[in-house]
Amino acid sequence: MLVHSKTGRWAAWCLFGLLFLPLFALPLLVVVTASFSTHWSGAFPSGPTTENYAAAVRGESLRALTTSLVTALVASLLALTTGTWAALAAARLKRRGKRSMDALFMLPVAVPSVVVGLAVLVAFSKPPVLLNGTSSIVVLAHTILVTAFAHQSVSAAIVRLDPAYEQAAASLGARPAYVLWRVKLPLLLPSLTAAAGLCFALSMGELSATMMLYPPDWMPLPVRIFTATDRGSLFAGSAVAVVLMATTLLVLLAVSRVRTRATYR
Amino acid sequence: MAEVPAPVATTLPHRSRTGRQGVRGSAPSGPPGPPGAPAGAPAAHGARAPREVPGWLWSLPPVAALALVFLYPLALVVQQSFSPENGGGAFDAYASVFRSHSFREALGTTVWLAAGATAGCLVLGFVLALIIAFVPFPGAKGVAKFIDVFLSFPSFLITLALLFIYGTVGMANGLWTGVSGSTEGPFHFLTTPWGVLLAEITYFTPFVMRPLLAAFSQLDTAQLEVASSLGAKPARIVRRVILPESLPALAAGGSLVLVMCLNEFGIVLFTGAKDVTTLPMLVYGKAILESDYAAACVVAVVNIAISVGLFGLYRVVSKRAGA
Repeated sequence: MLVHSKTGRWAAWCLFGLLFLPLFALPLLVVVTASFSTHWSGAFPSGPTTENYAAAVRGESLRALTTSLVTALVASLLALTTGTWAALAAARLKRRGKRSMDALFMLPVAVPSVVVGLAVLVAFSKPPVLLNGTSSIVVLAHTILVTAFAHQSVSAAIVRLDPAYEQAAASLGARPAYVLWRVKLPLLLPSLTAAAGLCFALSMGELSATMMLYPPDWMPLPVRIFTATDRGSLFAGSAVAVVLMATTLLVLLAVSRVRTRATYR
Repeated sequence: MAEVPAPVATTLPHRSRTGRQGVRGSAPSGPPGPPGAPAGAPAAHGARAPREVPGWLWSLPPVAALALVFLYPLALVVQQSFSPENGGGAFDAYASVFRSHSFREALGTTVWLAAGATAGCLVLGFVLALIIAFVPFPGAKGVAKFIDVFLSFPSFLITLALLFIYGTVGMANGLWTGVSGSTEGPFHFLTTPWGVLLAEITYFTPFVMRPLLAAFSQLDTAQLEVASSLGAKPARIVRRVILPESLPALAAGGSLVLVMCLNEFGIVLFTGAKDVTTLPMLVYGKAILESDYAAACVVAVVNIAISVGLFGLYRVVSKRAGA
């Protein structure tokens, strides 16, 4: 306890409320409120409606939602596989090799996502690999962007892993593949699911690289929100944004439940 | 291990195949032993030893995958920035981009916005994390959870929300006109760089708060009790005890936020202001709106250089901070 006087404590809490509520709570509240309204000219919105949501879960918006879900799912799985493999392989390397591999896999975080989009667009718009205009170019870009996060969280978990378990298994005659499948991966499962949730959330909200390369028939949710608000339909856009937030939260919640059931250490 | 190679290969049906076959071909029966294999292991596995794959071979497939889908495209961007499609010398594109007014303005805007947002995030994040950690109130845990959730939302939502709060017919202006009776509110900063700055500070402050809260939870509270029993006022304790302890976390969080602000695109795009152009916006505009790929690649190279350099700095700082 830093502040012992009662007035001092209340002053600190008031300061916190004054900073926290308008800056962090209000924006989310406003978006949710706007998604239920038709007008906002004045202090408060007017014209309560659920029509925005009806529009948000049919037609083009529904297609955008499924597009985003499929993209995020495929990208997370690919990123998780690559990132986990790289982290496991890097853990076996010597100090310098491990360091350079970590740096290599963290590089996509440092490169601006717009530039990742541009690079993928430049590289795969011409033979030998022609992906431009297909859905796989979006999935590919998302995979590149989220692999770094999967790699980072899995390799952090590998460092914390107690080597005694695998040594015990190996000394009992378990083959390395068996040790990996029955000992290491189950022990890593909590961080794997956490990484999957992180990748999924990042991919669901990815806008920068997607804006560079989405084809007309594969428009993810964030792009849909942008086109809606750019046209001036802010309320319809807010409803789609709330759908995006709710979907992300639901998936994160589901993933955290898996984690609690898998944590038996 | 058989489960692992298959999905990776589907990302890269092109070049990783050679790497994968190499691994498969040389390890038909058993991957190499565990890294920390006890000394007795070689005797037990002696019969299979010659067929074992050296450890570095296992790192080839993911590295090859990354090289194909990430490093090779980046190299192409750099190459294209030096060889414009419509002919000309190697540095022609650079010369014309560097000469252009829009590039210089975008560079300046990007740097000052990122620096300003980072400073704002550091101050705000420090104050908020300090109160959560050391002046706890009922629900402080919930607030920390909320911060985590906040991080998983896309950045452009903040700009969308600010449109309703500070937009021309939004909440703040509505309140003002309602109270004062004037026809127009005082808030018009949303389409200026200040609107972007506010959105960036809002969105990125949690990225500073998280490492800070982690650092504060490791701080020995006995130090604070001792300092306070010796008569130190809270301000002095913060300055002399807490601040020095949290400097590494502040440095790590701050440099991460600096890199992320330099690369922020969604917030600026949603603001829709014509006169706020940052480097990522310029890349997007040149490539997609003007189809001038050579110029886009030049701006991209500059952007990569700045942010990779800063990110390297962040890695060094956070390594030293142990975060």
